[in-house]
Amino acid sequence: MNSRTLLYILKRIALAVLTVWIVITVTFFVTRAVPGGPFLGEKALSAEAEAALMAKYGLDKPVFEQYITYLKDIVTRLDFGPSLKNRGRTVIDIISDGMKVSVRLGLIAAACATVIGVVLGAVAALRRNKIIDKIIMVITTAFVSMPSFIMGALLLLLFSLKLNWVPANGAMEGGHILPVITLALYPAAYITRLTRSSMLDVLGQDYIRTARAKGVSSVKIIFGHALKNSLIPVITYLGPMLAYIVTGSLVVEQIFAVNGIGRAFVSSITDRDYPLIMGTTIVLATLIVIMNLVSDIMYKVVDPRITLE
Amino acid sequence: MQFKKFPFSMHVNLDDFIPATDAEKEYMVQMRPSSTFLKDGIKRLLKNKVATISFIIVVVIALASIFLPMFWPYSYDQMLGVTPGRPVDPSFNNLAPFTYGTTEQQWLEEGYSVFPHIFGTDSQGRDYFIRVVYGARISLAVGFFASIIVLIIGMTVGSIAGYIGGKVDIIIMRIVDIIYSLPDTLMVILLASVTKVALSEAIEGTIFARLGVNMISLFLVFGLLYWVSMSRLIRGQILSLREQEYVLAAKSAGAKPSRIIRKHLLPNCISVVIISTALQIPSAIFTESFLSFLGLGVNAPMPSLGSLASDALNGINSYSFRLLIPAIVIGLIVLSLNLFGDGLRDAFDPKLKN
Repeated sequence: MNSRTLLYILKRIALAVLTVWIVITVTFFVTRAVPGGPFLGEKALSAEAEAALMAKYGLDKPVFEQYITYLKDIVTRLDFGPSLKNRGRTVIDIISDGMKVSVRLGLIAAACATVIGVVLGAVAALRRNKIIDKIIMVITTAFVSMPSFIMGALLLLLFSLKLNWVPANGAMEGGHILPVITLALYPAAYITRLTRSSMLDVLGQDYIRTARAKGVSSVKIIFGHALKNSLIPVITYLGPMLAYIVTGSLVVEQIFAVNGIGRAFVSSITDRDYPLIMGTTIVLATLIVIMNLVSDIMYKVVDPRITLE
Repeated sequence: MQFKKFPFSMHVNLDDFIPATDAEKEYMVQMRPSSTFLKDGIKRLLKNKVATISFIIVVVIALASIFLPMFWPYSYDQMLGVTPGRPVDPSFNNLAPFTYGTTEQQWLEEGYSVFPHIFGTDSQGRDYFIRVVYGARISLAVGFFASIIVLIIGMTVGSIAGYIGGKVDIIIMRIVDIIYSLPDTLMVILLASVTKVALSEAIEGTIFARLGVNMISLFLVFGLLYWVSMSRLIRGQILSLREQEYVLAAKSAGAKPSRIIRKHLLPNCISVVIISTALQIPSAIFTESFLSFLGLGVNAPMPSLGSLASDALNGINSYSFRLLIPAIVIGLIVLSLNLFGDGLRDAFDPKLKN
């Protein structure tokens, strides 16, 4: 790794840190616009609770001082304060409980989407303009045209309510199958299209022709030369894919009653539990920023041909 | 001038060199009307069957959603079981397609004609067909206007950054970088959930109140967050275009920067702009339906396709058609818009195709 790559990575990390800081700042000041402030909510609290919250967040102090306290609590102790609607629980407790469920679902979905997408994309590219290519392209085009929650609802209707193959409740045995499929469909379709177009690009390159002319076997050409090089654009999509899965889990967990962080977030919105909204937004946003960072750096490191800014 | 030809002579046959008659000349000339960039593009677009059919589908859905509510006997918020001065008639709620409430059945027996409920009614006795039509109208309108907002802001910022360059460009592009790296969906949810509460008092009594708070916050969010990719695109175009000779010529003739941007640079990147605006519409429809699902979309009783689908989740087992119908319509709209956008791209800017 040369010094320019290192400089790029450092710059990219700096931008990521700046982004996270901006997310925290925006979250803090935007929720200030809520009448009564984010920590008090709408319903009247008991006098002690209100006083405790007032003292904790210094709601009587100037806004800027409150902001510093909030920022310091997050950075030093990951403390987002107590949840308003879930009495006796802190926001970070709820988030870490939800994360355990959601991360598992998300990673399975991401793995499925990548494997299926790459395989289908490669098949479509190698059988270009044949019937199998056309079928794959039609199906993937249809899948990228359906919002994830409608897709989820349709899957739920078909496979658990009508056919009764899998339980509708995500917490039951086998209940994670449908949520994983719903989360994976869009990224799988997208990766298929991405792999197909980049594979077609690579297959037209001179070095593929040279390899063929030398008499290298088809298997070696496909796996050793074509697939390896056409996976580079897929790496750039890994970050956005995980971001999609994170936000997709908001609706998918709601539909399939999975007790993950997405469901906690959605109910915090309907409950107007602002500390939980703020905490979840910040945690999920940080996650997305980190994933984009990793996928960007990987992209530059994997392919030495890519020139850095 | 005829003279006898020697069989092996190398002399040319002079008959081949007689001047052409007028009729022959006419035959050789092919007159084509001069073609403009737009005409060329449209011609290429019409050759693309998929894109043309998609365009027709979008136009049909758009026209239906605009004109059908005008003469439909039911309105989207009319609860059929509710008549002033009488108790609520629950027989109108949750009707299956082409069935009627009790009073309507009486009328039918007496020989009157009753306009059918093509898709039945919802849980509050509202005609579902007109709600779907109205929902399509709202979804299309949100997609269209959000894209226009994105277009205007993105175009202004992008062309200024690209044309002026230097420090202005660096500052604008840093801001764009940061906004671009913000997780947009989460920010949308945050802004929508807060503005919903904070804005409702501020806009009371103004024209905006009719639109509804959620709609305003949706447009606000689009205006704040989604313009960045458009501005990046336009900046890139302008950067390469401003080095062209005709810009130098315009400059030396004394044209102001604003004139050069408007008259010379923007018209030359118009195809990129149109294509990305067309592809922005489905993404805005997606975002709206996502927010509707979270209860942050359009205000009830106004329907959008997203909110209809998310309402249908409650009775998904008994009334699954209420989920299927908006799902099909939204899928059809987004699919046709995507295919049409792809067709536009292929027709107007083949270079963009990767």
